[in-house]
Amino acid sequence: MAATPPPVQNRSQHLPQVIVLKPPPSFKFFGDTFSKKFELLKAWESTLPLDQFLAARAQSVQAMLCSGTGPRIAPEILRLLPSLRLVVTTSAGLNHIDLSECRRLGIAVANAGEVFSEDVADMAVGLLIDLLRKVSAADRYVRQGLWVSKGDYPLGSKLGGKQIGIVGLGSIGFLVAKRLEAFGCSILYNSRKKKDFVSYPFYTNICELAAKSDVLIICCGLNEQTQHMINREVLLALGKEGVIINIGRGAIIDEKELVQCLVQGEIGGAGLDVFENEPSVPKELFDLDNVVLSPHLAVFTPESFKALCDLLIGNLEAFFSDKPLLSPVMFE
Amino acid sequence: MESIGVLMLCPMSAYLEQELQSRFNLFKLWTVPQKPQFLKEHASSIRAVVGNAAAGADAELISALPKLEIVSSYSVGVDKIDLDKCREKGIRVTYTPDVLTEDVADLAIGLILAVLRRLCASDRYVRSGAWKKGDFRLTTKFTGKTVGIIGLGRIGMAVAKRAEAFNCPISYYSRRAKPDIQYTYYPSVVELASNCDILVVACPLNEETWHIINRGVIDALGPKGVLINIGRGPHVDEPELVSALVEGRLGGAGLDVYEKEPEIPEELFGLENVVLLPHVGSGTVETRTAMADLVIGNLEAHFLNKPLLTPLV
Repeated sequence: MAATPPPVQNRSQHLPQVIVLKPPPSFKFFGDTFSKKFELLKAWESTLPLDQFLAARAQSVQAMLCSGTGPRIAPEILRLLPSLRLVVTTSAGLNHIDLSECRRLGIAVANAGEVFSEDVADMAVGLLIDLLRKVSAADRYVRQGLWVSKGDYPLGSKLGGKQIGIVGLGSIGFLVAKRLEAFGCSILYNSRKKKDFVSYPFYTNICELAAKSDVLIICCGLNEQTQHMINREVLLALGKEGVIINIGRGAIIDEKELVQCLVQGEIGGAGLDVFENEPSVPKELFDLDNVVLSPHLAVFTPESFKALCDLLIGNLEAFFSDKPLLSPVMFE
Repeated sequence: MESIGVLMLCPMSAYLEQELQSRFNLFKLWTVPQKPQFLKEHASSIRAVVGNAAAGADAELISALPKLEIVSSYSVGVDKIDLDKCREKGIRVTYTPDVLTEDVADLAIGLILAVLRRLCASDRYVRSGAWKKGDFRLTTKFTGKTVGIIGLGRIGMAVAKRAEAFNCPISYYSRRAKPDIQYTYYPSVVELASNCDILVVACPLNEETWHIINRGVIDALGPKGVLINIGRGPHVDEPELVSALVEGRLGGAGLDVYEKEPEIPEELFGLENVVLLPHVGSGTVETRTAMADLVIGNLEAHFLNKPLLTPLV
């Protein structure tokens, strides 16, 4: 019998396999660190439709790497991956994963843990100062030559003494609070549970929090309870002088209502890093000076991406050597 | 007090104008057709001058106002006032410290975040529709970066306190090391610049600090370093700053002040790593009202022979 060369897959048989349906946005910043440690099954590079690709190539794959920009990790995908035991996402957010289905199937989930928290908290503070002190708007004014022709820029609003309502006092929300306290702000919050380690006033009702706040900062995750949680009622409670910062997920805020409230002057302004339908942003916002817009880049720093890469690899290596995951998501 | 002549040097606050007008005989220098003629007519009734960061009682003006008793500045910076001449002639000088400290420090941090995280550039990116075609670039993390402060007075200390909340190690330069301060002291600005990621100018402008940010300091700060100026334009050798930014020898700059406001070197308009603000350090409704109240309070105290609220001279 003629010797047959080993199939191409076997050459890298010693590398554990990880299925990736669509490349996460952070992928291009990881270089070849991943391909040195894992055999990546890149579904997007195949000409086969996804279900055929998975049937042909991914039946024994135990681990998946995903992100919010890929297909939703839901029953339709999971039933095509009978050997899957772990889903690792590049995000802190989990709204793109059907957690109860993963739990039912005994699939563990790991996320970005707290690697981004500092950068996201910094972004929230940056957006707030920009909004209250009109940094981006004044920079535009200057670059258009208006300081010379029109005179001084209108006054902004002082940070010190403002009541900051933090929605979601998790890792990110807590860091936002610590930062803003140094500016003389007072912190209030709403969260799923009251936190014993802080003495900030806790509000179970988000409308009440909005009514008592000058600023609302959305730091929570997106799930069934928080979808459109910031609706017209909450925005009106926030009021004409109130402002909102969103560094969570676009869909936590009812975007149509937000746009209407901004255009009609029902709220004072908004700083947004996330939107319901990225990268689409409601055009009406482009004409407003009391809005700061950012293209979902709160985590886009080399430091966050390096920490993320290390964490993703760490989780996968732990999984493949039967050790505890570094950043497992606890099912509730 | 309605007969007391008060000369306001330039427009600075409608609220302050109203309040001064209701209490004194207010002269607005910028509405005067011929300055020499005006001074001839009214100099002898002018007992107070109100100036700001842009315009102050210089030697020439002081000489032209023989009855001048007090200069009340709507600013904390007094570099436009001839302080020596005021001392010589027994003219009192008041300014507006403390009430604007927080706003200026807040803005310094706002500028740092805007430059490092490219807030203005990415806002432009979204508004232009470019996000539909692709993601923006990576930006630079702020938390944990070393912040170097020139001048550890009220404003410098307030900047330090805020930066500490971002876990930033703090270092500083001032004429002398401060004994009870935990931050790292450097005896020269070049050494400070060599050892920090972000350099903040927070000292007063005087002969010693003019062009304190020169070519040597800019080179020491380097292609990854960021300069934040919330002091005065002349703290920085502006042409050197512009060429360093254009040539990539300096990583970025957040500027609220310039050598010849409101003129700004046009080369800066095309740069993404620069944030340009029109001297808004104290520019909030709350603070400007407090500053105006201090100006009025000082003038009233003086003319009622009471102790001045915030005297400098």
